[in-house]
Amino acid sequence: MEQAKELLVNMGPQHPSTHGVLRLMVKLDGETVTWCEPDIGYLHRCFEKLSEFKTYPQVIPFTDRTDYLAAITNELCFVEGTEKLFGDAIVVPERAQYIRVLLAEFQRICSHLLALGAMAMDIGAITPFLYAWRDREKMYSLFERITGGRMLYNYLRIGGVRNDLPAGILGTPTDGEDKADQTIWGFINYFDSYVWPQWEALVTDNRIFQWRTQDVGKLSAANAIAYGASGAVLRGSGVKFDLRKNLPNAIYDRFEFDIPVGKAGGDCFDRWIVRAEEMRQSSRIVKQALAWLAENPGETMGKVPRILKPPKGEIYHRIEGARGEVSCYIVSDGGTNPYKVKWRSPCFVHLQLMPLICPGQKIADVIAILGSIDIVLGEVDR
Amino acid sequence: MVALWNNLPHLVQIWLLGLGKGSLILVWCLANFAFAMVLERKVSAWMQNRVGPWRSGLHGWLQAIPDLLKLFVKEYIEPRNVDRPLFILAPLVGFLSAVLIWLIVPIGPGGTAMNLDIGIIFIAAITGYDVIAIFMAGWGSNNKYSLLGAMRGAAQMISYEVTLVMSIIGVVMMVGSLRLSDIVEAQVNRGFFGWFLLPQIIGFGVFIIASLAELNRAPFDLSEAESELVSGYHTEYSGFRWAVFALTEYIHLVGWSSIAATLFLGGWSGPNLPQVLQGLGNILNGLGAFTNVAGDAVSNAAVSIGFMNTGMWAWAVGFIWFALKTYLFVFLAMWIRWTLPRVRIDQLMDLGWKFLLPVSLFNIFLTGVLRFVAVNYNGLPVSLGSFTLRLLGLWAN
Repeated sequence: MEQAKELLVNMGPQHPSTHGVLRLMVKLDGETVTWCEPDIGYLHRCFEKLSEFKTYPQVIPFTDRTDYLAAITNELCFVEGTEKLFGDAIVVPERAQYIRVLLAEFQRICSHLLALGAMAMDIGAITPFLYAWRDREKMYSLFERITGGRMLYNYLRIGGVRNDLPAGILGTPTDGEDKADQTIWGFINYFDSYVWPQWEALVTDNRIFQWRTQDVGKLSAANAIAYGASGAVLRGSGVKFDLRKNLPNAIYDRFEFDIPVGKAGGDCFDRWIVRAEEMRQSSRIVKQALAWLAENPGETMGKVPRILKPPKGEIYHRIEGARGEVSCYIVSDGGTNPYKVKWRSPCFVHLQLMPLICPGQKIADVIAILGSIDIVLGEVDR
Repeated sequence: MVALWNNLPHLVQIWLLGLGKGSLILVWCLANFAFAMVLERKVSAWMQNRVGPWRSGLHGWLQAIPDLLKLFVKEYIEPRNVDRPLFILAPLVGFLSAVLIWLIVPIGPGGTAMNLDIGIIFIAAITGYDVIAIFMAGWGSNNKYSLLGAMRGAAQMISYEVTLVMSIIGVVMMVGSLRLSDIVEAQVNRGFFGWFLLPQIIGFGVFIIASLAELNRAPFDLSEAESELVSGYHTEYSGFRWAVFALTEYIHLVGWSSIAATLFLGGWSGPNLPQVLQGLGNILNGLGAFTNVAGDAVSNAAVSIGFMNTGMWAWAVGFIWFALKTYLFVFLAMWIRWTLPRVRIDQLMDLGWKFLLPVSLFNIFLTGVLRFVAVNYNGLPVSLGSFTLRLLGLWAN
């Protein structure tokens, strides 16, 4: 009788913890993984090709739908890229810049909350996930009041933002927990005083959680750079690289914040810590933006032509999204539609780390690693 | 009636009694399932800022009935190439092992279906069946997830069974009997501070952890780890066959909690109403230093309802205490489940063999030594001025 040495297990496309429609082929020797290969493409929606048949403003809603958990940063990438294509022809008002940064950082907190919650759930703790959901709902209520949409905003415009912030949304620095879903100050104070300590106590300091994540899925700094990792995955491996500092887009150079890096050699726990710490840094940036916005009313839309026809040329624009480096390559032939849009998504790059770091781990670790690199399948497949 | 019963042949008596007890246990188990399942959903909802079931019955407390009805009328989906006998029998074997625990649990003074003198060994034997059920389900399902879950389940439950029994040995040594009713009687005689919770605190800790692993509850729910193995060994089950697994899980949980309550929290023992009133009257009277109207009234009330000390009343009080203590442990298990992440299989094995088993063996050693000293020297007298404390007094009787 033929004896099988290894067991091939298909995790997905229908599996409770693949964060979307992903198929992971895993070969097992007992409980130990010997080989792992992600199979993607189940969520492909032809974003890049579709963009060629839409005018520049019409592409913005599509960018929302790539990484649907951090829509603002995607919009920011495309909008800023297009503005760069125009050169000096479009000037974005300062207030619009601050609103962009405010929303991008607010969105980062929102996205990281879910990332941490999903990772905790992958490891078996279900309650933190629902806590993440609870707090995210509050943020979405705020987003809804500002932009009109809860997840997919279509709010940034080439040359500014669609509308100014509604009256009273900023709140005052004394707003407490009771105003968490009414004012941004309220949420930020609630986040600093309640949400963050709760995560710390419930998950980060949890012994079982540390058992499950420390020394699991180690990614060395050299490999992280070689594979093109970015965001929390790169910084978790100890590389201090953040586009907001190293190549500031928008007005990030005006804000004070630190870049957390992992210290234990890039295991899952490092990536967790980096994400958790980044939320706090984002809250710092949001506070600075709030202080500026409260004192400086003004225009939120610059002068832009009725029909947007960027001059002939090409541009590559990279920004620090919630999951890593989001960048787009736009080629213009001088017409109303982009000639070509290429989207570089961090999740797509991170997913190819799976075959590198999974072998030798236990099958339960594969799920922990998948959670710690925080993929959004909408972005992987685009 | 009594005459009619006495005139029946012995064999008929045995069969009728058996049937009666069996039906009672089954009904009791189902009632516990219905309550524990809704309780779990309510507790988890409460912890997660949700509402939980709210529609069926008052505040959703009858949710189990529509759930079971729905599962009963659902289609049985059977994958191709399953090992049919194993596939169909597995839920029943597991169910049997969960229900049989209740045979020997004393649920009130003298309220045991079968007062086995080898109670503890019976428990250890019965839990062995659960491993078989899990492995039958996993092997018979012809599914890789199920197989992995079954492998995990078998490894985990066999390892932890050893630890579990070792953690109980301390209690058995202090009582000198394996019979559960004897263990409760011993705790009744020793009083509240003599309940084995305190003298056997190490054994208690090991027992709680090991029984969570034995029950496949989080953080040790590896064999059905949802985020890894879909549903583990019962991935392929549907309809009422799956419902039987759910039944098993909750009956098992309540069963184990009742064992924990019996072994460590004094089982059905606890003060009844007259005793509570008597104590209250004593306190109102300044512990006998003076008397007043209120204190006398309360004490007299205690005397006037003194009939509650005996017969059905005492039984009812015992049962209420038993249920309260049992559900204390049920709640503890739920609390842990909705708080902690899941451990990994190798960490689970390390915890079991390298930590819990040595600790429980050490507990046996410690119990032996302390008990020898306490019994042979009637506690260690330590004089502090005019006071003489008897150390280890708890261990002596």
